[in-house]
Amino acid sequence: MGLFRKGSLAAIIQRIFGKKHAKIGIYGPPNVGKTTLANRILRDWTGDIMGSVSEIPHETREAKWKKNVRIENGGSSLFMDIVDTPGIATKVDFKEFMNTYGLSREEAKKRAKEATEGVIESIRWLEDIDGVLLVMDSTQDPFTQVNVTILGNLEARSLPVLIAANKIDMDESSPATLKSAFPQHPVVPISALTGYNSDNLYTTMVKHFSRKRLKKRR
Amino acid sequence: MADKERGISVNLVSRQKLEELSSSEKLKFILKEVQNGKILVLEHGLTAMEQTNLIEKTMKEIKQDTFIGIEMEGYSEDRPSFIQKILGVIKKPRMTVIGPADLLKTIRKDSNMIQTMIIPGKGAK
Repeated sequence: MGLFRKGSLAAIIQRIFGKKHAKIGIYGPPNVGKTTLANRILRDWTGDIMGSVSEIPHETREAKWKKNVRIENGGSSLFMDIVDTPGIATKVDFKEFMNTYGLSREEAKKRAKEATEGVIESIRWLEDIDGVLLVMDSTQDPFTQVNVTILGNLEARSLPVLIAANKIDMDESSPATLKSAFPQHPVVPISALTGYNSDNLYTTMVKHFSRKRLKKRR
Repeated sequence: MADKERGISVNLVSRQKLEELSSSEKLKFILKEVQNGKILVLEHGLTAMEQTNLIEKTMKEIKQDTFIGIEMEGYSEDRPSFIQKILGVIKKPRMTVIGPADLLKTIRKDSNMIQTMIIPGKGAK
């Protein structure tokens, strides 16, 4: 046996050059599966869950976080504070909650008000995170303005981004479209619902978010 | 005159006008115009940071019965080439179209064209 086993060497290199702890924000537009993914990560690594999920947009209207989630990759590991953020949107129409999802006027208005506050909270969290797991719906057009804006913002801050191309369990999904749309960032196709390819996601998270980077704040 | 009869105002905003304004002045100008029911086509567009600030300011201004937010589509900054980086060339963001979300809807966007439509039955406020 050599002086350093492969795992030990990786751990030493990580200690010298990389992060051991990172605050990771789960970002994306509403209804792409951010909380489903947060629940998947927590269930796999802590046995806990982050929050409730719903087909009605803006189910998560306040950021939730779990500290010190240890995610392993072979001989190395990374402690992460996982922040599940409310979906970012450019508009919030309470009538959509009434007409499409059958909420009462009062419920819809309350949800809409909380959703606008949630968007603001998500944006403010960008000041306080070390990296982003950007969740996109692989069944939808990836060039939405929210996706483009979030990515541009993170690039301007030099924050590491990992794109989770979610919902690949659905027939109409096209993770290849996402990969070709954003070639400058790693894209991992996953199904947060079924857990498909989550091992690959965790491996990529540890590698990608462990890297030592200088943050550029604006 | 009824609102619908007044038509819809689509304003093309020049690069010079935008360059005269600071970032916060620009966002204030855009949001005020859009809240007044105008659609703006910005020759220069907004940076990603400005777009994020505009989303935040928009959320603060939402009034559920009169202003539900904005529709915004644009192109991000072109990435400078290696040579351009050395020469210090700064790439500006490209065109952006912004309007009230209850008036303007994006149909399709690719690298060369942003296709939008006015939501039927809506007029200038």
